[in-house]
Amino acid sequence: MNILLLLGPFSVFLGLMAVGAFVWTLRTSQYDDIQGAAERILIEDDDNPDSSANGDAAVR
Amino acid sequence: MAVTFDAAAGPDMSAFLRRTDEGQTRLDLLVTGARCAGCIARIEREMARLPGVASARLNLSTGRLALGLEGAAVDPGRIISALERLGYPATPYDPGAALAQRDVEGRQLILALAVAGFGAMNAMMFSVPIWAGLFDQELGPATRSMMMWMSAAVGAPCAIFAGMTFFKSAWRSLRAGQANMDVPISVGVILTLVISFSETVLNGRDAYFDAAVSLLFLLLIGRWLDHVLRAKARSAAGDLLALQSPVACAVDAAGRERSIPLGDVQPGDLLRVRPGDRIPVDATLEDGEALLDNSLLTGESAPERVFPGQLCRAGAVNNSGLLTLRARARSEDSTLAAIARLVDAGAQSRSRYVRLADRAAALYVPVVHAVALATFAGGWALGLDPREALIRAVAVLIITCPCALGLAVPAVQVVASARLFRRGVLVKSGAALERLAEIDHVVFDKTGVLTEGCPVLVGASSTIIAMAAPLARASGHPMARALARAAGEGPLATGVTEHPGLGVEGLIDGRRARLGRAAFLGVPTRSSGETEIWFGFEGDTKVRLQFTDGLRPDAADTIKALKARGMTVEILSGDRIGAVKGVADTVGVADWRAGLLPEEKSDAIDRLTAGGRKVLMIGDGLNDAAALARAHAAVAPGTALAASQNAADLVLTGDALMAVVEAIDVARSARRRALENFGFAALYNLVAAPAAMIGLVNPFVAALAMSGSSLVVTLNALRVRGGR
Repeated sequence: MNILLLLGPFSVFLGLMAVGAFVWTLRTSQYDDIQGAAERILIEDDDNPDSSANGDAAVR
Repeated sequence: MAVTFDAAAGPDMSAFLRRTDEGQTRLDLLVTGARCAGCIARIEREMARLPGVASARLNLSTGRLALGLEGAAVDPGRIISALERLGYPATPYDPGAALAQRDVEGRQLILALAVAGFGAMNAMMFSVPIWAGLFDQELGPATRSMMMWMSAAVGAPCAIFAGMTFFKSAWRSLRAGQANMDVPISVGVILTLVISFSETVLNGRDAYFDAAVSLLFLLLIGRWLDHVLRAKARSAAGDLLALQSPVACAVDAAGRERSIPLGDVQPGDLLRVRPGDRIPVDATLEDGEALLDNSLLTGESAPERVFPGQLCRAGAVNNSGLLTLRARARSEDSTLAAIARLVDAGAQSRSRYVRLADRAAALYVPVVHAVALATFAGGWALGLDPREALIRAVAVLIITCPCALGLAVPAVQVVASARLFRRGVLVKSGAALERLAEIDHVVFDKTGVLTEGCPVLVGASSTIIAMAAPLARASGHPMARALARAAGEGPLATGVTEHPGLGVEGLIDGRRARLGRAAFLGVPTRSSGETEIWFGFEGDTKVRLQFTDGLRPDAADTIKALKARGMTVEILSGDRIGAVKGVADTVGVADWRAGLLPEEKSDAIDRLTAGGRKVLMIGDGLNDAAALARAHAAVAPGTALAASQNAADLVLTGDALMAVVEAIDVARSARRRALENFGFAALYNLVAAPAAMIGLVNPFVAALAMSGSSLVVTLNALRVRGGR
C-alpha cells in the first residue's frame, strides 16, 4: 500500500499541471479571438516572393 | 493593384490615435464585413503595406482591427478610406472606452472555476475509495484516514479559493442587513469544511470535501454564464455606440480644422459640422442657413430651418451643407446631457426590480437554515450524540444547497439570449429578460420605430426619377439620397455645385439642371415645402418630388402579433398630430397621442405603471430616453442614439421590428423554464432534506444527488424555445 503515498501526490501534481496550463492559456489571451484562430490556419504563409503577386490578384 | 492612400483629405481623426509607452502610436478600428480567413489575410496584408503602418492584427470575433503606426504622421482618415476601397467599411474606435473594458471580474471567475474544477476532480479521486469503504469493501481504517487527509489537503484550499467570490458577496449582503443566495452557500461551505476537517482529525466516517468543492464548481458555472451574458452584451453594445463618434471638428485661429474630443469643447469655440453629421454641443449658427433634423431630439419628422444667431441643439443632424457654429455650452451642459440626467433618474427606479433568483432566495434562506438548526437541536434532544446531530445538520445544508437554483436561472437566460442574438436582438442583462416576460402594455414611439426615420419617395414616375437621378447621386441631402436610392445605380452629373440649404446644380448630358427647394428653382412656393423637393432643367418645366417618412414593412404585422398575445398597444409621439394619426390608422392603433415633450412621455409611462401596468417602451430618440429608462422594460433599435441605447434593456441589431415579438416569446418561454427549474429544485429538496434529517445521507449520496439535480436543471434550460 506504500505505493499510494507516491501515486496520490503524483496524480495531484498532474492535475496542478493541467490547471497551470489552463491559466497560461488565459494569461496569453488565447481565448480573445476564437473564431479568428480557427480561420487563420487557412491563411498561407507569405514566405515565398510569389505569394505577394497572388495576393494582389486576390485584391484585384 | 495594391491599395494606396486616398489623396482626398477627409475629416481629421487624429483624436483616435493613442500613444503607447514604447513610443509607438496605436489606432483601433471597428471593421464590418470581415468573415473569413481570406478577409483576415487581405486586410492585414494590405494594411501592413501602407506607408507608416508597422503592424496590423484583426480580431475576427469582435471585428476590431489593431494597428501599430510609426509616428503620428499617419492620417486615420486615409487608412479608413483605404479599407473602404477594399470593401470593409471601418470606424475609429474610442480608445478610452476600449481601455476601460478590461474584464477583470471575468478573469477572476474563470480562474476560480478552473481551481474548483481541479479540486472537485482530485478530491473526488480520494473520495471514491472512502465510498467503497461505506459499502463494506475492504478498506482499513489507516488507509481511510490517509485518503481523508489527502482529500482535505486538495479540497480545502481549493474550496476556500474558489469560494471567495461567494464569501465576499455574502459578507457584503449581511452587512447591508439582507440575505442573498450567497449567504446559505457560504454558511454551508464553511460549516462543511469545518465539520469534515474535525471528522478527519477524529478518525470519523463522513468527510464532505469533494461535495463542498463540486458544489462551488457547479455554482461557479452558473455565475460565469451570467457574467459572459452581460460581458458579451456590453461589448456588442459598446461597438454600436462607438459608431457614433465622440469628437467635434474645431477651427483654430489660423482657420485650420482639427478634431478634438467632445469633452474638450469650450463655449466660444468655432466648430464645423459636415452634412449628415450631428451637432456636437449646443451652439449658435454663425452664417448661412441650416436645415436641422431634430427627429431624434423631439420626434418631429420635418426638418427645422435655423438662421444665423439662432440656437442649434446638440444631437440634431445637419441636413444642409457645411455649417460653421459657435459653441454656446460645454458638452456636459448641453441638451444631450440634460436628457442623460433624466435617464439616470429613471434607471435608478428600475434597479429596484428584484430578480427571480433573489426572490427565491429570500424565501429559501430562512427555511433551510431553520431546518438545519431544527435537525441539530431535535437530534440532540432525541438522544443522538451531539457530533452525530451536527453531522446530520451539515448534511441538510449540503444537500439543500441552492446548486440547482444558482444554475437554474443563468442557464436558461444564456440559452435564451444566444437564440435572440442570432435573430438580431441584443439582450443587455438577464434581468431584462425577466422583466420583458411580464409585459402587458406596449408603447411605441413613431419616428424611427414604426417608421424608417428617413424620407422615402412617393408617387413619382420612373422617367422623372431617372432624369433627376444623376444630380441626386451627387448630393448628400437625405431627400436626394432617397431619390438616388429609388433610381439605383447610374451616371453622375458633372460640374456639380451644392448650395447649402437650397439644393444642387449641375450638368446632365450637357444641360444645366437644378434639384432643390422651390425657391431655388424659381417656383412660387405654395405649400409647406419640407417634405418635397423640385427638379427641372434650365428653362424647362419644373417637377415636384414628394417624400414621406416610410412605414417599416412589418410595423402593422408586429402590432397585430402583439395584440394577439393579449397586450395593449399605444403610440406616444413628439411629432405633429397629422403625421401620427396617419401612421396610427395604417398600423391599426386606436390609442395614440401626439406632440408630447420628453417629460410628458415619461409621465405617461409613470401613470401607466402607477395603474398597475407593466409597460414595454420601444423608442429610439433622445426624447424617448427618459421614458425608456422609466418603463418596466425597454427596447431601442440599433439606429438609436447613444443615450437611448444605454437606457434600453434590449437593442435590435437588425431592421425587423418583428424581433420585438420574438423577444417577448423567448422571454416568456425562458421564464416558464426558470419557474419549472425552481419547481424541480423545491421537489428535490422536499425529498432530500427529510432524508438528510434522519441520517440517510452519506457523502456518496450527497455527491450523486447534487450533480444529478444540476444536470436535470441544465437540460431543462436547453428546452427554451426560439421565437417563430
